Amino acid sequence: MPPERDIRAEEVLIEVVRRLIAGARHVAVGANSPIPAAAGFLAQLLSGGTPLVSLQQSPEHNLWTDGGRELFDAAGQGRIDVFFFSGAEIDGAGNINLVAIGDYARPKVRFAGSYGSAYLYFTVPRIILFRTEHSRRTLVEKVSFISAPGTSPPGVWRRGGPIALVTPLCLFGFDKERARFRLDSVHPGHSIEEVRDNTGFAFDLPEQVPATALPDPAVLALLRQEVARELAKIYPNFAATVFGMER
Amino acid sequence: MSGAGDARLVELEPALAFIEDGAMLAVPADYAGVAMAATRALIRRGVRGLHLVTVPAASLQADLLIGAGAVAVIETSAVGFGELGAAPRFSAAVRAGTVAIKDATCPAIHAALRASEMGNPFAVLRGIIGSDLLAQRPDWKVIDNPFPPHDPIVALPAIRPDVALFHAPMADRLGNVWVGRRRDLFTLAHASAKSVATVERLYDGNLLLDETLAAATIPAFYIAAVALAPRGAWPMRLGSDYPEDTAHLREYLALAASEEGFRRYLDQYVHTRRAA
Repeated sequence: MPPERDIRAEEVLIEVVRRLIAGARHVAVGANSPIPAAAGFLAQLLSGGTPLVSLQQSPEHNLWTDGGRELFDAAGQGRIDVFFFSGAEIDGAGNINLVAIGDYARPKVRFAGSYGSAYLYFTVPRIILFRTEHSRRTLVEKVSFISAPGTSPPGVWRRGGPIALVTPLCLFGFDKERARFRLDSVHPGHSIEEVRDNTGFAFDLPEQVPATALPDPAVLALLRQEVARELAKIYPNFAATVFGMER
Repeated sequence: MSGAGDARLVELEPALAFIEDGAMLAVPADYAGVAMAATRALIRRGVRGLHLVTVPAASLQADLLIGAGAVAVIETSAVGFGELGAAPRFSAAVRAGTVAIKDATCPAIHAALRASEMGNPFAVLRGIIGSDLLAQRPDWKVIDNPFPPHDPIVALPAIRPDVALFHAPMADRLGNVWVGRRRDLFTLAHASAKSVATVERLYDGNLLLDETLAAATIPAFYIAAVALAPRGAWPMRLGSDYPEDTAHLREYLALAASEEGFRRYLDQYVHTRRAA
């Protein structure tokens, strides 16, 4: 089925995330994450059931019965394959800051706090970083405060960590051996120059950087119908804006 | 074994007498039943010097208590309103240095409570190493795993709150409190020296004698007091009983952006009792 309209930026991001979670058995999604949730539902429909997608804030969309701790216990055992984080600041070494800008004791700006990042960043194999503002203010050379470190020295137990950073402009892959991001693709309508101008950290730039792959028509149709309907139950505003679902 | 029986079922104010100035007070996250009517009553009483432990994160309750000057120390993984925005009084108090903060991460708070629940001095937890949290938490220690491969691991001292405060759907007259699938409340009650619960309604009979209800019921011997408080989590949600009042939270955030606006909010919604 051909798309009835142009592809929206959100739909491109959903396709990016869908590819990053390929093969996962269990994807857990934190609160306020419509794009990761949509990608999880889409992957589930395309494969006929996997991955299990657990939305933390929706009792109809998770199977937890042992309280808030169960997610962390499951992650500790290796039962969660994918989780998503953002950061007030994200730096070139994959460190994220959810705490404060400036001096810790008397910060210039104070954010909510680290949530589960300092733990899930180690225990979940695939952490996908997601930042809706791609700017030199958010993607920095070095974070003011490390809520969770991008990499760990040898000898420190670590199962997982960041694998990618998704922004409205591009997809960065993360090389954990070098603790450095690499520009993997640039979304349609944006350029390498734009990425470079708006990124505060140095990153690897391959000779060929492809345009971000778009969802094929069948995937797009599924996204705009079944996934949009499910998403509207949890994120009515997002589903209305992106897919024109009635509130 | 019911012991005190009816003596545990009291009015809101006497129930809150168990929460003294300076107490270490543990409270659940928004999804688990926040005792908001009780929180407003504590602010009316003028409670001071609390060491507030959020299990593991918080929003309005912590922001209100901090804004009202009731909190000396906050131990938390996060205080924020999700997509609605930052917690204004929390952020302002941290910036001004008027509240001491012990930054944590969610599973560290769960684990430290579980240590307390087991009577252990500490818990160990993966991760955290290399985070600046460690530098700000001198009470967290990196120790060697005593077993092969003898790798470093973080030890967290048990958290033993003086009082846990939460809101639940129902209790019986013996003081047994039914919490459903909100298992965090079990850990909270087990780990704390005593617990105070507010509830939506009373259950006729003994919750522990019904096989389907008993497993989701905190036995009365953990509970110091139960008070009836219909819609006692408002404006936060309570399980399947009622949803979050998002419009009210937006109103709060608009007012609490300034100190004066926050005072107006207190006058309108806390000191008048109209919301309690």
